[in-house]
Amino acid sequence: MISLRYWRAALVAAGLGLALPGFGGEAALVVADPVLEARVLKLSEHLRCLVCQNQSIAESQAELALDLRSQVREQLAAGKSDDEVVEFMVARYGDFVLYKPPVKMATLLLWAGPALLLVAGLGWLGWRLASRRREQPAELSAAEHARAEALLAGRDKEGES
Amino acid sequence: MKAKFLVPLVLFLVLAGFLAFGLNLNPREVPSPLIGKPAPVFKLGQVAAPEQAFGTEDLKGKVWLLNVWASWCVACRQEHPVLVAISREKALPIVGLNYKEVRGDGEIDARKLDAATEREMAVSRARQWLVSHGDPYDTSVMDLDGRVGIDFGVYGVPETFLIDKKGVIRFKQIGPVTPEAWRDTLLPKIRALQAES
Repeated sequence: MISLRYWRAALVAAGLGLALPGFGGEAALVVADPVLEARVLKLSEHLRCLVCQNQSIAESQAELALDLRSQVREQLAAGKSDDEVVEFMVARYGDFVLYKPPVKMATLLLWAGPALLLVAGLGWLGWRLASRRREQPAELSAAEHARAEALLAGRDKEGES
Repeated sequence: MKAKFLVPLVLFLVLAGFLAFGLNLNPREVPSPLIGKPAPVFKLGQVAAPEQAFGTEDLKGKVWLLNVWASWCVACRQEHPVLVAISREKALPIVGLNYKEVRGDGEIDARKLDAATEREMAVSRARQWLVSHGDPYDTSVMDLDGRVGIDFGVYGVPETFLIDKKGVIRFKQIGPVTPEAWRDTLLPKIRALQAES
């Protein structure tokens, strides 16, 4: 019995061992130019798919994303620079295709916002600390002094003071 | 400093105001950078006569509409009767851009077909659609690979572009043209553009 079980396990293991490289081979893309493809993918990751707006055209399988990806590939193959391809996309679809919006008047608040918040927060903190330092401890009256002493000596009773 | 307890409430109301504004925006409407720019030049085979090219050159000096459609587009079915009604008014030429018509026989594997047969099948599918739904277009051109669509920044069909006499895109309707959009937005703009010299 033991030997049968052993053989079964060995068979499964061998099957897995055979199957895994098989899958690997299937998934490998057949591309003519791996260097170009890497560039296409890298650039595509920065471009938004307008059909499924939370995916880049590298991830999306929407028809438009496929078309745009092949546009990117074609233009890079034709010797255009990354910036030229991005310009091509922005000219047609606007800044919205860029995951990283350009710095200009309309996006100034977006870019400067976090820094402004940080500065404002630090300013507020500094102001609070400074005004706290200026606060004088209140002077105690004679009765309060007496009660404080009583408290320290452990003689205070409820309603005694 | 008595109103200090109101600060969180005010902050909340401001935030709620921003969120309410954001909720009422349509994220699918991406403003086109092409408005105010010359319409991309194209020259494509017509649905009625694929061997005969038609393009932007043929429309110089006219105010015209470019409507992007396809037989696979569901919202086009909703829009189409409106376009047919508009075409009867004969306000301006309406050109159809058949965008990425279903290729080949519509089956998953289209490899068994050569490009010419594929094209022929797509053309006949487009024609059939116009026969069964009505044809509001002065002419329709076939953009099978979607290149012209990309030049126009098309990302969701139907889309409609209003182009002036100088060939400049003046307005873009994203999504179906409704009777209200035609009456309140498109038609007044068209009249104004037609009055321009």
